[in-house]
Amino acid sequence: MQSIFDILGIYWINAYHSVNLYLINGATRMSIERREARQPWILLSPALAAVALLLFVPLMFIVVYSFWLRSAVGADTAGFHLDNWQKALSDPFYRYILLNTLKIAAITTVLCAALGYPAAYFIARSRGNKMILLLLLMLPFWISYIIRTMSWINILGASGAVNTALMSLGIIASPIQMLYNEAAVILGLVHFLLPFMVLNVYVSLEGIDTNLEDAATSLGATRWQSFLQVTLPLSLPGLAAGGLLCFVLGAGTYITPLVLGGPRDAMFANLVFEAIITQLNWPLGSALSLLLLMVLGVLVAIYNRYLGMSQLAKGLG
Amino acid sequence: MGWGLIRLYAIAVYAFMFLPVAVVVLLSFNANQFGSFPMTGLSLRWFEALWNNDAVMRAFRTSLVLGLMTAVISTTLGILASLALVRYDVPGKNLITTALIAPILVPEVVLAVALLLFLNWLGIGKSFALLLAGHVIFTLPFVILVVQARLVSIRRDVEEAALSLGASPVQTFFSVTLPLLTPAVAAGALFAFTISFDDITGTLFWKPGGVETVPTQIFSMLRNSISPEINALGTVMILLTVGLPLLGAGLARSLSTKRGR
Repeated sequence: MQSIFDILGIYWINAYHSVNLYLINGATRMSIERREARQPWILLSPALAAVALLLFVPLMFIVVYSFWLRSAVGADTAGFHLDNWQKALSDPFYRYILLNTLKIAAITTVLCAALGYPAAYFIARSRGNKMILLLLLMLPFWISYIIRTMSWINILGASGAVNTALMSLGIIASPIQMLYNEAAVILGLVHFLLPFMVLNVYVSLEGIDTNLEDAATSLGATRWQSFLQVTLPLSLPGLAAGGLLCFVLGAGTYITPLVLGGPRDAMFANLVFEAIITQLNWPLGSALSLLLLMVLGVLVAIYNRYLGMSQLAKGLG
Repeated sequence: MGWGLIRLYAIAVYAFMFLPVAVVVLLSFNANQFGSFPMTGLSLRWFEALWNNDAVMRAFRTSLVLGLMTAVISTTLGILASLALVRYDVPGKNLITTALIAPILVPEVVLAVALLLFLNWLGIGKSFALLLAGHVIFTLPFVILVVQARLVSIRRDVEEAALSLGASPVQTFFSVTLPLLTPAVAAGALFAFTISFDDITGTLFWKPGGVETVPTQIFSMLRNSISPEINALGTVMILLTVGLPLLGAGLARSLSTKRGR
């Protein structure tokens, strides 16, 4: 059991820990022995070159590209034009979609927290088969996103489980339309993102010394009080980290609205997809994707500023 | 809230996570001609239809080749970088690690657009090469995180013993470090393969017309018409991405216990 758990589960926890470890005390973790100073750079250079060439330079490139102009025939016109940015920032439709995307991501995050926190608490405090519970928790990470999304069609579709059951019970005469609306999109996103929330909350709950709760109870607090006063505040960093992940991943998706949403349920990433793939308007698509990057980047920066590293450090005990 | 209530709540959450997927598996064995509810009996007809569906089989081959190549490249780059980060006192380690995990800090849509436009400008349009580049850069951070976590736990003194007994650094790497590293390599490669095999967000931007991977094939089947084969395809994918790692873990375990005796 141990090693199966190893393969499936421990990675995410390890990955989570190592990100935090490096954020917290990476600088102090030094190798005991210093060898030639050149050797690590030889080892690092392929990966660094890949990241530079396939991420950083392309990002800079689309910054430049967003000032170019689309031409109907042939190559886009290079230059410094503000047209795309003007359109991206002032078009009321784009603004509506942006706000709607943030709203959908926010609702999704709150739902994930409400569903995920008690589940994570149960796993962290259960005495029984913690391994099995954790293994089950990791399993969704290994099941493809598109399959988890489309699985809701079998549940909510016209001939899906819910409609079939209601019709055979005689409660309804014809199928109810439950798919292809905003609620279905949110449902799909919650289903996709919930494991991220549970995992983050679980890791921070696991880091809390249970003696603290016992101490609170022995000093006269009820279990509920000791949870509210001790456990919940100490687990907030995990909740915040999980929330950030849910929000950012949720706000950047375009597949879920395409599969479970109707024609009017587009999210901001759908606009990017539309501009790049359908309209082939690459300069505008560049501006739109940079706008998305900036909006989400601001959120991550706010998180770092207010809930950042010291809180995370506390959460890891 | 009592413990019993929390337990019930947690069970409900688990049910929410797994029931829809279980329904996919259940319906894939459905004998009903529309492949939907009600279940009229068990049959393997949808798997048979899948086997005879050329588009699906082609998508499978594409996904397998892409996943394997991604795993090889990503794991190689990731192992080298992790070795440097864990074993050496590199100046600016924080900055380097941040740079290396940056591909998962940037929303995948943005990464997809940037890579597509830049490589296209360099003359590499939508192609298998672009797909491979995208999958490598997207999986690299996961490999580095996984491998680094493993590397930290490998004790240095074993290598130092080999070195002090006269082995060269290269000999030490191949006969001491690499065997100890094998679980990390396997884990990183498996991770890269699975992520590549499942990816759709970037893949839809990068794939050339007419080429489909399994997820994009499912996606286009969903958009065109809801074909009953989709559930069977979903079941096969779940078997591959969940079953294979479990099988691998089981094998690794039985091998290691045998060796331990």
